Amino acid sequence: MAIVVKRPKLNIFERMYLPAIAKGLLITLSHAIKRLRGQTKVTMQYPEEKWDSELPDYYRGAPTLVKDEQGRERCVSCQLCEFICPPRAITITPGEIPSGDTWAKVEKRPEEFEIDMIRCIYCGMCEEVCPEQAIFLRKDYAITGTTRAEMVHDKEKLYEIGGVREGLVNKWNELK
Amino acid sequence: MAELLLILPGLIEATVKIVGLVFLVILPMVAYSVYAERRFSALLQDRVGPNRVGIPFTKISLAGLGQPMADGLKFILKEDFTPAHVRKLYYWLAPALTMVPALLTCAVLPFGGYLKVPFVDEPFRLVIADLDVGILFVFAIASLGVYGIVLAGWASNSKYPFLGGIRSSSQMISYEISLGLSVIPILMIYGDLNLGSIVQQQHEHGWALLPVTLDGLKPVISMRDLALLVPLSISFVIFVTSLFAETNRLPFDLPECETELVAGYHTEYSSMKFALFFLGEYAAMIIGSGFAVTLFLGGWSLPFGLGSDGSDSLFWGLVGIGTFFAKVIGFILFFIWIRWSIPRFRYDQLMRLGWVFFFEIALFNILLTAAILMIFRQS
Ligand code: SF4
Ligand code: SF4
Repeated sequence: MAIVVKRPKLNIFERMYLPAIAKGLLITLSHAIKRLRGQTKVTMQYPEEKWDSELPDYYRGAPTLVKDEQGRERCVSCQLCEFICPPRAITITPGEIPSGDTWAKVEKRPEEFEIDMIRCIYCGMCEEVCPEQAIFLRKDYAITGTTRAEMVHDKEKLYEIGGVREGLVNKWNELK
Repeated sequence: MAELLLILPGLIEATVKIVGLVFLVILPMVAYSVYAERRFSALLQDRVGPNRVGIPFTKISLAGLGQPMADGLKFILKEDFTPAHVRKLYYWLAPALTMVPALLTCAVLPFGGYLKVPFVDEPFRLVIADLDVGILFVFAIASLGVYGIVLAGWASNSKYPFLGGIRSSSQMISYEISLGLSVIPILMIYGDLNLGSIVQQQHEHGWALLPVTLDGLKPVISMRDLALLVPLSISFVIFVTSLFAETNRLPFDLPECETELVAGYHTEYSSMKFALFFLGEYAAMIIGSGFAVTLFLGGWSLPFGLGSDGSDSLFWGLVGIGTFFAKVIGFILFFIWIRWSIPRFRYDQLMRLGWVFFFEIALFNILLTAAILMIFRQS
């Protein structure tokens, strides 16, 4: 069934078009004035102004590895994160912990742990999947480098950004 | 040899004026009106606009005033690509044909009254060519601008530019008529085609749209001028609207019309050739503003017949130049303001507006002016 859309009947001022133009001009002008008086919110001027202090707790920045309060590497090199990572940004070389070590009962730790920050999409899957809570997304977002190689974070770098996280998983220490 | 010596001072004077006006004022103004457009439109749309580029290799940004230089440099460094399927000669000719008429018309534009330079007896007239057929010259040259666009559309040998070119020619031809007719009341009132003397008369009797002079501190306006305000206001509206159409500015930018025609007539152009179209449009806009100011808003004269025309003092001459360019800049801002406030017309609406309304109203307006002039005959 055809629907008949009734056209509005325009009065003489609307048909003359000029009052409408004047109205339009006034609207844009009022925006300009508000903007000049600083009453409009505009884009943040990034390098000078930053949002760092207001980043929400759930902000997903660079993924990093963390150590626990005793300085133990939390990662047990289970490679779940490597497996789940959608863009395959993580490359882990697993290694065994020698029997003389304090943490010998943990058995495994990563020999090498690399996250390619050019590939990473900051999805947070690695953090979610990790059974040891060893990998966390921190609030660092300005990850830069001049070469591709520089953009691959190795284990040292990951621990450097990650730092220490306490609590959470206690199954490897005496507290258990 | 003796003849050469006779024309030499005039030649030098003309060269100085041409270089001064075109290269030192109009072209930088073209560059900076692009910047103004971007900054002003940002204001109107609650944005920031280009505010970064300043002095190269320093952190001084000067609110982005370096942007036009960067843009120009970018245009020069870009690859100048000529598609294989174009008609080379016309393809190359078209950008020049848009830029040249736009700049040529400024020859008759009086950008000030007189300039009395120390040690020279006779004050200089501040106009490159003091033609007695000034307005006719303007219309003759300005209508050449359409050739550039039509040629560009045709030479590109591709459908969108072609449509843009066709649209532009029909649009420009339609609006040229109302543009010409809307100026006739001015000519009837001032009885002169020389732009310089039109401004001179406005200087003495008040602007065309502000015909008020001061007697001491009391504003004076004659009945005749009051009555003439009616046709002059109508003229002004028609003139300004047609000017928008002539310069292909929004709301009449159908030859370009990104949403339908990619980029219209300059779709196939790149680099500096594109820049010439782009800058030609802005040059036409500046000079069009110059004419609107000259014809309706008193050109270089201050309101209420204040000041002098500069034939006796350097100071008033400079004030005249300053006033003229201040008004032109104000008018350009108005152009930009309109552009970012009003949506584009549909093509049939555009043609209807031109032929059915403006043409008739302008004709009627001439009769109205004639009637008023008859009634208030100053015999
Ligand atoms: S955040 Fe996502 S993409 Fe980045 S390393 Fe973790 S799983 Fe891979
Ligand atoms: S970071 Fe977590 S998920 Fe990834 S290998 Fe180490 S323990 Fe397994």
